[in-house]
Amino acid sequence: MTTVANSIRTGARARETLSTDVLILGGGPAGTWAAVEAARQGVGVVLVDKGFCGTSGAAAPSGNGVWYVADEPTARESAKASREALGGFLQDRAWMDAVLDQTWSNVNLLADWNYPFPRDEDGKQRRGSLQGPEYLRLMRRQVLAAGARILDHSPALELLVDGDGAVAGARGYSRVRETDWEVRAKAVVVATGGCAFLSRALGCNVLTGDGYLMAGELGAELSGMEFSNAYGISPVFSSVTKTAFYRWATFFDHRGEELEGASGHHRSKIAKALLEGAVYAQLDQAPEDLHASLRAAQPNFFLPFDRVGIDPFRQRFQVTLRLEGTVRGTGGLRLVDRSCATTVPGLFAAGDAASREPICGGFTGGGSHNAAWALSTGAWSGRSAALHALSSPARSGAATGGSEHRESRKGLVWTADAVIKAVQGEVFPYDRNYFRSGPDLDGSLARLDNLWRNLAKPAPGEDPVRIHEARSMLATARWMYTSALSRTESRGMHKRTDFPALDPNQQHHLVARGVDSIELSSRSAARAYPRELLEKAAA
Amino acid sequence: MIEFLSTALCTSCNRCVSACPTEVFRASPDGPPEIARQGECQTCFMCELYCPADALYVAPDADQILGLSESEISAKGLLGGYRKAVGWTKGAEEVRFQDLSYKIFERF
Repeated sequence: MTTVANSIRTGARARETLSTDVLILGGGPAGTWAAVEAARQGVGVVLVDKGFCGTSGAAAPSGNGVWYVADEPTARESAKASREALGGFLQDRAWMDAVLDQTWSNVNLLADWNYPFPRDEDGKQRRGSLQGPEYLRLMRRQVLAAGARILDHSPALELLVDGDGAVAGARGYSRVRETDWEVRAKAVVVATGGCAFLSRALGCNVLTGDGYLMAGELGAELSGMEFSNAYGISPVFSSVTKTAFYRWATFFDHRGEELEGASGHHRSKIAKALLEGAVYAQLDQAPEDLHASLRAAQPNFFLPFDRVGIDPFRQRFQVTLRLEGTVRGTGGLRLVDRSCATTVPGLFAAGDAASREPICGGFTGGGSHNAAWALSTGAWSGRSAALHALSSPARSGAATGGSEHRESRKGLVWTADAVIKAVQGEVFPYDRNYFRSGPDLDGSLARLDNLWRNLAKPAPGEDPVRIHEARSMLATARWMYTSALSRTESRGMHKRTDFPALDPNQQHHLVARGVDSIELSSRSAARAYPRELLEKAAA
Repeated sequence: MIEFLSTALCTSCNRCVSACPTEVFRASPDGPPEIARQGECQTCFMCELYCPADALYVAPDADQILGLSESEISAKGLLGGYRKAVGWTKGAEEVRFQDLSYKIFERF
């Protein structure tokens, strides 16, 4: 069936083919740093972006704090220690040290490239924050200046493998150019971001887990997929899921009574109240003298309020929680070491597409660690992919698509929108995904697995990109809930109502492998935290 | 979501067609691009930043199209406001150097 579909496609549409050394999928922070670093090694580099390199993804439309910490022992120690408990003690300090070092040097490079960092009263540049539009516009220019080629509006739909199981490139489809594309390469970096399930969280609708599925089809492992239920606060009339400023908010339930204990940091109370009715917020605790700085720091936070005529400091507004999945979760493709290699030869991963457990464990917020992770793993993966390409012999012979199996099964003719809706129905509800329980996870997983088994041929005329998004979201949800069901404890962002405490005996990472049937295994956490510390956390 | 493209202000440069990550706009052989896939708008506001003519308006509501009129939004002075707030408008460049996040991080 695949063969027929392909021949019809190639008959009906033009195909662009390219050959290069390193192919990078994704043009956000991780992908652009990968392209710059790979090109610096003197190899040919092609970067393909699903949308537009410079505006795509979660970072581009946002203000991004960065985990930028001077190499000063006390500061570094407190930076590393600060989130270990929140992350459920799954971090690896060697990775943290490496990311802190790489972030320091990359951000300083941005200053050399004339990123417009502000200066404080002493004339000193303050480099701990990156405005997304500026940052990604600059990165696009650097990618081009380094000699890499960018293909915008070119979503990848499958990876290619050679006869030895090594990655040989990727294929995709451009809706804008109405052409299939194929790029043959000796190494591929997956920097396609996480999966936010088309929730319309700011900048996240291009992030549908596409890279997880493509890599998973080749046998790549995913780690920490249970840490995938991040929800961001946004006004109901807005996409802007910027949670940081809600530290100064008071929250109210549908009766207008204050929600005790709710805050930007304690979203459980908000999720519970949302299950009963509307929730309102007001930034009434923001110090007056900070109002102007808040505006200057995050213009897009205030944009929705200004446009509907609400003063968020003085008026209450209705809020909701939008699923940000693994974008603000930490699960993703498992990196075998700091080369950012996956378990598939020639395949590397970076940014949110890769599991951030090494520096975040099972919890992360926005920006900060995520920004540092993206620019560090981006640089490392680009360098490693280039070195891999330089040491690989010239390609020969055919490559096959990793998606060959997709349409081989019997089952339903399906539409992407119906599948997307079904997946969202399992992963959006707070009482299913924010607060998880064995029986509910079991039920969701049975329905999702059943849906996957029955996906045969997409209905004729369906958009190939939307089809791939539907498949990727479904695959991601199954990895998530398979892992979540197996972690019979609460740790990091993963909250089980039937197992509300951390279990010191589950001091490990959960690794998922396989697409049609998912195998789970566990790997011990890198650091042996003292037993009494874990027991204290459990209590 | 994207509410309208002002054909009066648009210079047909098609930058929005390139810049939109979810491919909402379609170039037209003669004249301004059209909003071809309005429902795909993810409300990221990036098209407004890349529009040199301030001809686009994205309402903050991410879930529904409100049907706002150009005259109403223009009268409220809302066109181009975001581009100015990030310092991408001619004459407002100094704003690019005024990210005061560091003052806020000090109070976290």
